[in-house]
Amino acid sequence: MTADIYTIRVLRYDAKEPEREAYFSSYRVRAIPRLTVLTILSRIRDEIDGTLAFRSSCRAATCGSCAMVINGKPGLACRTQVAAAEGRTIILEPLPNLEIIKDLVVDMAPFWEKYERIKPYLMRESCEFEKEVFQSEEERKQIDQYVNCILCACCYGACEVLRRGADYLGPAALAKLQRFMIDSRDERPDAFLDSVNTSQGVWGCDTLLRCIDACPKEVRPTDGIVDLRKRLVKYRLKRLLKLGQT
Amino acid sequence: MVEHDVLIVGGGLAGLRAAVDLCDRYDVVLVSKVHPVRSHSIAAQGGINAALCNNPDGRDDSIERHAFDTIKGSDYLADQDAVEIMCREAISVVYEMEHWGCPFSRFADGTIAQRPFGGAGFPRTCYSADLSGHVLLNTLYERAVARGVKVYYEYVVIALVTEEGTCHGVVLIDQVEGRIIPILAKATLFATGGYGRIYFHSTNALINNGSGIGMAYAAGVPMKDMEFVQFHPTTLLGTNILMSEACRGEGAYLLDKRGERFMERYVPKAMELAPRDIVSRSIQTEIEAGNAFESELGPYVHLDLRHLGAERILERLPGIRRMSIDFAGVDPIDEPIPIVPSQHYSMGGIDTNARGETQVKGFYAAGECACVSVHGANRLGGNSLLDTIVFGKICAASIDEYLQGGAHEPREAVVARKKEEMEKKISKLSEKGGERPFAVMEDLRKTMDEHVGIFRTKGELKAGLEKILAIKERYGNISLSSSALHMNYELIAGLELSSMIDAAHATTLGALLREESRGAHFRRDFTKRNDVDWLRHTLAAKDASGELSISYREPVITKYRPMERTY
Repeated sequence: MTADIYTIRVLRYDAKEPEREAYFSSYRVRAIPRLTVLTILSRIRDEIDGTLAFRSSCRAATCGSCAMVINGKPGLACRTQVAAAEGRTIILEPLPNLEIIKDLVVDMAPFWEKYERIKPYLMRESCEFEKEVFQSEEERKQIDQYVNCILCACCYGACEVLRRGADYLGPAALAKLQRFMIDSRDERPDAFLDSVNTSQGVWGCDTLLRCIDACPKEVRPTDGIVDLRKRLVKYRLKRLLKLGQT
Repeated sequence: MVEHDVLIVGGGLAGLRAAVDLCDRYDVVLVSKVHPVRSHSIAAQGGINAALCNNPDGRDDSIERHAFDTIKGSDYLADQDAVEIMCREAISVVYEMEHWGCPFSRFADGTIAQRPFGGAGFPRTCYSADLSGHVLLNTLYERAVARGVKVYYEYVVIALVTEEGTCHGVVLIDQVEGRIIPILAKATLFATGGYGRIYFHSTNALINNGSGIGMAYAAGVPMKDMEFVQFHPTTLLGTNILMSEACRGEGAYLLDKRGERFMERYVPKAMELAPRDIVSRSIQTEIEAGNAFESELGPYVHLDLRHLGAERILERLPGIRRMSIDFAGVDPIDEPIPIVPSQHYSMGGIDTNARGETQVKGFYAAGECACVSVHGANRLGGNSLLDTIVFGKICAASIDEYLQGGAHEPREAVVARKKEEMEKKISKLSEKGGERPFAVMEDLRKTMDEHVGIFRTKGELKAGLEKILAIKERYGNISLSSSALHMNYELIAGLELSSMIDAAHATTLGALLREESRGAHFRRDFTKRNDVDWLRHTLAAKDASGELSISYREPVITKYRPMERTY
């Protein structure tokens, strides 16, 4: 494998120095095409510029730390090879729709706050089985794609609705809600859906599918949101009919 | 000064499990240098062992068999009382995780699926495809959210504060706000992960550098059995990303360049499913014999899944396939995966007993940072996830008991003094003119790779130790680019490097002194296990003059007499 010279341009900004506007730092690095953007970033920080800030941990597209915008597209730095860059220039920017803390590190607090709002845990009141709660492999498979979510926020950064307004729950939180709604073991009542029956909830989605495109783990949040809408309409209708009867 | 009843450091499985049990009754805070779902527990693939007997081939499994396999796998260095506790608790913690929503894979009868794993007499590894750590960590974090556990993430603990055998709290850096905060705690639990990243080639996340173990050592808590470092047989060529033992559990072959299943020459009965230490040594032997493939990234052998068929690969090993495509450009449905052995797990760590207690009152450790020891000289696959959850839970019970029984009052003056000390240290690290910390760190990691690997000899270990002592000298003269506390990853690396050097020192010295071969520690110059002289734990403690000194302790043996370890 031959090494090529790549130009890496990284957006720099420090929330602690708001008077200084965001700017790009440019680094020229020799790299073989198979190296990942994260490897290059680490080399820049370790060998050239120790002040560069970015998150990273597992290097294997599993922990979700290193989401950023790579040449205009949200993705994981550890999963993107430099070969993917056309013209040997790689532009790295922080994930949109979240405030910058420093350089490529964004404030994830709103993302986590919205995740918590959908009560992301199995709800089950039935008396506990002594052993496992049975679940067929088919039932287990239904939640598969949603279980795969690594909460990296690539979808959150790609979402056009969030770009327009920060109130929307966003694709990751709603996909997580769908994960529990369709888990055969979850006993959350349909009335739980009232909490997302708003323009900040399931009706906020524009179905532009940007989240699906951005997801590094093949999760399809839009499918989940559309299904939540159907479920919600069905449940509301049922409730109206019941009200009519009494 | 901020004070809490319980301070938990680390947001992986062990830390979260403890927090979930304690948060209702006490003022508990969990601090973590990354958000909890970014913790390295997430990367575990294969599964968690428990003798549930769900697999038709595992109906005769039992807690005793699980304990026996674990102890034999440990090459008899594990403390047998602790192993028995872990294997007994295994069943209830797996059911508990399921009740909390963990999406395990299932058998046709709706029960939790279990697969065979290395060194196990029965198929007892419960799994969720090849994302077992991912689903367990998410489930526990979800439970922590449900219970309202207070979490401060991107808070990096930089010192453990102890005095006269009692723990008073920690000093940490709030990376986002950029400030140093001293915290008082009645009880402190470290669940900070292993020391894999003292090696250059490792499957571990970059955060797993042994910082917690080093901080505990600096505060007077010994490191135990550090020379026992697990090398995983199957990691991706180039990046050393883990290719789960589940591959072999599902039936994958290991092939040399002639296409031969070379494990036949080493362990004809267990073949690819021999324990990790044995398989790694076999691969390394093949590499040295010239039977491996050659590439510009180094020699490698093949992990062949093709005969399993696309359907089984897609169903049971989807993550492995994705990673293999993304990071090696190889689709295992069509081609074998190029693999090499590489550092994977830390058997050694903070010296604790079976209750998670340390020599220091009010200080506990659980998970990979702790050495209880349940894994002894070699851990079996599927036992690390189990260890984290069981001992997280046990630590919660120990802490509860301690707080109920009238815990000590942490002393503000002691913690304040440590804070000042750390501030001075940071300002010294910020003086210009020295070496960048990453340059020193890279040399340390390469030294460990080169000198303290799968096969060890006196000469190599001695030379390695000398290099590490020289690196220790160099550490006194490192310089940071900036003294800012705000999102300064170089500063954190500079501070953690000190722990990494201590961990590397203990690992290398322990390996040099241990003149036998046991589990993952293999000496070419002492190829046999020697129970007469070496059936004992290594303890590395800081002596009065600040030097690392070694002592030994007998392991606990209940009913499993040490036997020859054959498979």
